[in-house]
Amino acid sequence: MRSTGSYAHQRCVACAQNISNQKLVQGILDSIPSPEAACLSAEDISPSSNGPRDDDPDDLFAEATEEVSLDSPERQPILSDGPSPAITPVTPVMISPRVDVFDRSPDQDEDEEENRDTFDIQISVSDPEKVGDGMNAYMVYKVTTKTSLSIFSRDEVCVKRRFSDFLGLYSKLASKYMHMGYIVPPAPEKSIVGMTKVKVGKEDLSSVEFVEKRRSALERYLLRTVKHPALLKDPDVLQFLESSELPRAVSTQALSGAGILRMVNKAADAVNKMTIKMNESDAWFEEKQQQFENLDVQLRKLHASVESLVCHRKELSVNTASFAKSAAMLGNSEDHTALSRALSQLAEVEEKIDQLHQDQSYADFYLISELLGDYVRLITAVKGVFDQRMKAWAKWQDAQVMLQRKREAEAKLQYANKPDKLQQATDEIREWEGKVQQGERDFEQISKNIRREVGRFEKDRVKDFRVVIIKYLESLVHTQQQLIKYWEAFLPEAKAIA
Amino acid sequence: MLLCNVAADHFNNCFLILMLGAVNVDLQTDATLQVDISDALSERDKVKFTVHTKSTLPNFKQNEFSVVRQHEEFIWLHDSFVENEEYAGYIIPPAPPKPDFDASREKLQKLGEGEGSMTKEEFTKMKQELEAEYLAIFKKTVAMHEVFLCRVAAHPVLRKDLNFHVFLEYNQDLSVRGKNKKEKLEDFFKNVVKSADGVLVAGVKDVDDFFEHEKTFLLEYHNRVKDSSAKSDRMIRSHKSAADDINRIASTLYTLGTQDSTDLCKFFLKVSELFEKTRKIEARVAADEDLKLADLLKYYLRESQAAKDLLYRRGRALVDYENANKALDKARAKNKDVLQAETTQQVCCQKFEKISESAKQELIDFKTRRVAAFRKNLVELAELELKHAKGNLQLLQSCLGVLKGDT
Repeated sequence: MRSTGSYAHQRCVACAQNISNQKLVQGILDSIPSPEAACLSAEDISPSSNGPRDDDPDDLFAEATEEVSLDSPERQPILSDGPSPAITPVTPVMISPRVDVFDRSPDQDEDEEENRDTFDIQISVSDPEKVGDGMNAYMVYKVTTKTSLSIFSRDEVCVKRRFSDFLGLYSKLASKYMHMGYIVPPAPEKSIVGMTKVKVGKEDLSSVEFVEKRRSALERYLLRTVKHPALLKDPDVLQFLESSELPRAVSTQALSGAGILRMVNKAADAVNKMTIKMNESDAWFEEKQQQFENLDVQLRKLHASVESLVCHRKELSVNTASFAKSAAMLGNSEDHTALSRALSQLAEVEEKIDQLHQDQSYADFYLISELLGDYVRLITAVKGVFDQRMKAWAKWQDAQVMLQRKREAEAKLQYANKPDKLQQATDEIREWEGKVQQGERDFEQISKNIRREVGRFEKDRVKDFRVVIIKYLESLVHTQQQLIKYWEAFLPEAKAIA
Repeated sequence: MLLCNVAADHFNNCFLILMLGAVNVDLQTDATLQVDISDALSERDKVKFTVHTKSTLPNFKQNEFSVVRQHEEFIWLHDSFVENEEYAGYIIPPAPPKPDFDASREKLQKLGEGEGSMTKEEFTKMKQELEAEYLAIFKKTVAMHEVFLCRVAAHPVLRKDLNFHVFLEYNQDLSVRGKNKKEKLEDFFKNVVKSADGVLVAGVKDVDDFFEHEKTFLLEYHNRVKDSSAKSDRMIRSHKSAADDINRIASTLYTLGTQDSTDLCKFFLKVSELFEKTRKIEARVAADEDLKLADLLKYYLRESQAAKDLLYRRGRALVDYENANKALDKARAKNKDVLQAETTQQVCCQKFEKISESAKQELIDFKTRRVAAFRKNLVELAELELKHAKGNLQLLQSCLGVLKGDT
């Protein structure tokens, strides 16, 4: 357990900049007048979250760089990556993640809808602080939850979390819910390069931007997680949001036993995927899988184009600024007074425009690019859930095969007339009959869950994209309006050249 | 080549007049001599310009005639002006830059090679854009050549030049081959000598305040224009890249729109359509900036160099004059070859005074032209930027209206 007093509260200069950077981004996003009522639902703050690709092999080494600390006391590898041990529940209501609880009827789906409309929870991730020095340093973020929901013990809670805590949360949720077909939002990706710069103490613009990007991503991750009705009530989520102390998520370390086990499982999964040939009886699943496949391809393509646009707009901003300076110099050396003045004015206009381009590129990035990145990762999670269904089917089929074998064995024994072994065989047959029934039930349950999850996911997707794209277009409108203002001011100056 | 037909067919004279007006504002349309490039053809490695003349001057056999000229012949004409001692006191209109389609041609070739890897729509779209780019470069080079001719035709002295008349009228090939290696090397050395000389000459302090001021001014101005020209080019290139990205985004959104099974499909299609239109506007913004700003700066880079050359020639004449004075004094002191020294001194004096007189007027005209050209272009730039921004705004707002109404 981490001792409270060990946080070296080292407020680095960058933090102040971080806040202002965050405010800058928020300011840009906020300054875009939005006609929608300022209702304090999670959607309006930041509609998207993102997450890593859980099956990203690079993760292993990234984890090693970030988490390994020679004097960290809890290096005991946790060998099981399964459901977390019972953690002191802070909340009064505890819902254990058993399948039948989530066995909803169509009526309950409607209730879920209603509940979502009165969904009232705000989460913000803020105030990144650097703790520690050198390669052992890490960033700590403040997580503030404001809510009126009864499952929370207080209206407003503030806790401090580090990046690995978020990863740990995701890891637990994934292991609990994914095999049931729930789409668990992935946590943000690790980044060796970005983190190293921050650790080393480089307080330049890129590391400030990195921390801001990560803060924003963590916020979206949490919002997306609590939007999921089942996850919101999960004790691990509640503990994460409310508990002032959190056991260090060591199992996210690569070189721990858990990490190695994860690696082995990933490999096994990959092999299984290739060898399982499922007889799809349900056209809905086949169709959906194909749709998500196509969506994946297009979103990645779009993401790449938007990233290119962000880059070029930044470049445009830089080049415009450079031209503005040059035009000012030209104006200085021009010996015709009126023309000289006009050229200086041109320089000023271009300077303002360069700032405009920079702001626009921030909007490009934080609105569109990050949303697309989030969805690329989410769709990987969706595909993962379909794979889980395949695994469930395979398990069911294997059970059937086993049952068949046991029946054959029993038949042989009957023929050979060995009464004591016969009893055992009959018992085994009963056991496997049970397993077959369970397998079929599990398969049907996961199929049902997936249908519901996909429906919810698609609804959210439509909403997210709509909101973000409209906001983005509004930012473009704002840019054009400013441009008109600037050029309208310049025109009389140009005409005044005599 | 397919494209040359495109260029010839879609040739737009209006564009030329715009470009012409952009850099030479006060060229009166003089009935006595009007020159323009009425047509142009782009072939594999050269461009053929049709130079069309209308004149009431008695020098010419007809009142209206046309000849075909290539870039080298323009250069020949320009160089003949530069080498003519009589014109030492004038700002020689800068030579038009060589037509350069290499970059554009390369891009087209790459596109052809990559045809298999993209969809039919993408390929057609990119091909159209590259063709438009090629056409724009083509139009620009034609305009630059025309501006040169018009400047000559407008100049009270240069328009009477015999070489110019031959250039305009002689309907055979002028057999002006490009410089061969030996001549290019000679040119190179000449330039080295000239710049060394130029430094020496520039060091000579001028008695005349006007010229002293002009010298300092032109030197600084020329450098700053060079810098601005380069930076404006870079800015415009970034702008074009951004417009290209928006193009790709529009295409992908379109595909998403066609594939999506939710309500988003209409949404994506609408936004894709919007971006297609705004992208076109953005590309036009970049093109207009190129025309009104970058080209203006480039032209005045060349003109300010021509003005500097004039000052150099005058400085050279001044040095010669002063040397002749010294030689005369020496001769008088020694009482040897005095008459010869006197005549030399007279010649140098006349030359210097002639250059000084015309140079002063030329430099004043240069300033007037420059101010007028900048004014016109800056006004037009601002007007175009406004027009495009308003167009963009209208598209964005109407699309937003539709999208919000759908929810």
